[in-house]
Amino acid sequence: MSEGRREAQAGTLESADILITVALTEPGAGLQIDLVSPTMKQYGAMIRQVIEKVLTANGIADAMVHANDKGALDYTIEARMQTAIDRAVGKG
Amino acid sequence: MINAAGREIPEIIKGITKVTPYAGPFAICPQGRMVGPKIRAGKPGSEKLLKSLEQAIDASGLRDGMTISFHHHFRNGDYVLNQVVEAIARKGIRGLTLAPSSLNDVNDAIIPHIEAGVITAIETSGGRGKLGRLMTLGKLSKPTIIRSHGGRARAIECGDLHIDVAFLGAPCCDRYGNMNGVEGRSACGSLGYAMVDAAYADTVVAITDNLVPHPVHPISIPQTQVDFVVVVDSIGDPAGIASGALRISRNPRELLMAEYATGVIEHSEYFRQGISLQLGSGGASLSAAKFIQEKMLARGITGSFGVGGITNPFVEMLEQGLFETMFDTQDFDLPSIQSLRNNPRHVEMSASYYANPHSAGPIVNNLDVVILSATEVDVDFNVNVITDSNGIIMGASGGHSDTAAGAKLAIVVAPLLRGRLPMVLDRVDTIVTPGETVDVIITERGIAVNPRRTDLIESLKGSRLPVLHIQDLQRMAVELAGKPEPLPAGDEVVALIEYRDGSIIDVVRKPK
Repeated sequence: MSEGRREAQAGTLESADILITVALTEPGAGLQIDLVSPTMKQYGAMIRQVIEKVLTANGIADAMVHANDKGALDYTIEARMQTAIDRAVGKG
Repeated sequence: MINAAGREIPEIIKGITKVTPYAGPFAICPQGRMVGPKIRAGKPGSEKLLKSLEQAIDASGLRDGMTISFHHHFRNGDYVLNQVVEAIARKGIRGLTLAPSSLNDVNDAIIPHIEAGVITAIETSGGRGKLGRLMTLGKLSKPTIIRSHGGRARAIECGDLHIDVAFLGAPCCDRYGNMNGVEGRSACGSLGYAMVDAAYADTVVAITDNLVPHPVHPISIPQTQVDFVVVVDSIGDPAGIASGALRISRNPRELLMAEYATGVIEHSEYFRQGISLQLGSGGASLSAAKFIQEKMLARGITGSFGVGGITNPFVEMLEQGLFETMFDTQDFDLPSIQSLRNNPRHVEMSASYYANPHSAGPIVNNLDVVILSATEVDVDFNVNVITDSNGIIMGASGGHSDTAAGAKLAIVVAPLLRGRLPMVLDRVDTIVTPGETVDVIITERGIAVNPRRTDLIESLKGSRLPVLHIQDLQRMAVELAGKPEPLPAGDEVVALIEYRDGSIIDVVRKPK
C-alpha cells in the first residue's frame, strides 16, 4: 500500500450521486467519516454503515472519509467507495 | 380529536376562534349568507389618484391589528408586496395579518418586518424559502392558516377572512381604478386571485406603473371596487413575472410519468368528445399536454374547456381548436398572457368561479380530468404538497384539493424517490388533499388506482399500463432506498391546513 497514492476521490455532486474522498491514514488512527447529506436524519446512520462496510471489506482500518451525499442509493455509495479506495491504494 | 382524514387536530388552537375538524370532502353544509362589501359613495369629480404609497396607506385608514391582502400574479417578479410592507413599517403600524393569495421567494424581503412585529400573522396558500422556514419555526403570534385557492375565495366571501385593505398591483390602470393584467410592461395576464379581494375588501388600493387614460379596456377589476390609485416606478420584474414559452420537459422520468398519465386518461371513459381538462405547471403535467394533444388529434376528438394555471401548451391546443374555451386564473408564460389579451375564447375567471366550494358551483365541478403533481403521497392516496421530508413548509396548497375534489378523474404524479427519499409513504407528513378525492397515483415505476374506483381499475385492464397496488409501489421504494428513520414528531402547532370547506384537515407541527 505504501507505494500507492494515499488519497483519492470518486463520484460527483449530481442528484442521486455521492462525492467521496478517501484518505488512508497512519496505522492506529482509526476510521473517521465526515458525512454531509440532505437526508442525514433519515439515512445518516445507514450511509455510514455502508461506508464502513466497504472499508472493512477492503481491509482498511485507518482512513479519513469525506462523503458529500446528494441522495445516493446504497449501490451507488458502495461503488463510489470501492473506486475511491482502489484509487487511493493505487489500483485505480 | 381525530378528523376524518385520521389526523389528530387539537380542539383548542392558539389564536383560532373555532376549530372544525375535517369530516369528508363534501360534509359541511354551509348556512347563512355571504358577507357583503362595505358601502362607499364615490361622488362625481372625486379624486382617487394619490401621490404616494404613504398617502394611500393614510387614506385607507390602515391601523394596528388590521388585515392586508395582495395577489401573487407577479410571482417571483413581485415588487408590490415588499414595497407596501416597507412603507407600512415606516409608518409604525404593527400587528398586521398578512393575507396574500400566495407568497414567493422574493417576499423573503419582508422577514425583518415580521421580526419587528409589523406583521404578526399570515393566512395564505403556503410558503417557500426563508418565509416557509419562519412559518415552520412558529415565529408568528398564531399558527399560519394555509388555504387552497378555492378555500381562500370561500373564506373571503363568507367572512372567515375579512380584508381591511387590499393592495392590488395593476399592470394597466386608469385614474378611476379600472384595471387589467394584460397590458403594460408588468403584464401578468389574469387577475383572477385579485378579483375576490377587490370585491370584498373594505378598502382597495390599486398600485400601478402604467397609468392610462380612462377608461381601461378590457376591464378585469372595475372602478366600482377601487378606492385609491397610486403610481409607483415599478410593480414587478417582467423576467420574474412570466417566463418565455414553457416547454415540455426533457427529463426522461417526467416524460415517462406524463406518458402513463396520458395512458390512464386515454383508457378512461372521460376521453371522449367534449372532455374538460386541467393541467398543472409541473414538469410531468406540462409534458402530458403534448401527449394528450397527440391522442386527441389521433382520435379526432375535441374538448369543451381547459382550466389553469395556463401555459403555452394549453394555448396551442386552444388555437388548434382542440378546446373550445380556456378558463384562466393565472398565467405562467408570455404566450398565455398574449392569448388572454387576444383570444376571446380565453376567459379570465376569479378564484371564486374557479374553485369556491360554497357557491352555486365553481368550474372545477365541471372538470373531467386533472393532472396534479405532489411532494409525497401515501398508501391511503393522501397528498402532501406543503412540507418537505424534514417537516419544513416549502410549498403551496394552490388549487390542489379544489381540483381533486371537483374532477371526475384526479391523477396525481410523483416520483417514487426524490434523491434517496421514498415519496410513496405509509403516511404523508402533511395532508393537503385527502385520498378519497384522488383517483390515480402515477410514479415512474408504476401506477396505482384508488381501490374505490373499481370502474377505473376495470377500464385500465388490458391497457398494458403498469398498474400495481399502492402498497407495491411503497415496497418498491423502500427496497431501493431502505426504510428511512422516522423523524421525531413535533409538538407546537405552527400552521393549520384548512380544507377548501374551512374545516381543518391537518396541522403542521414545529419539528424537533
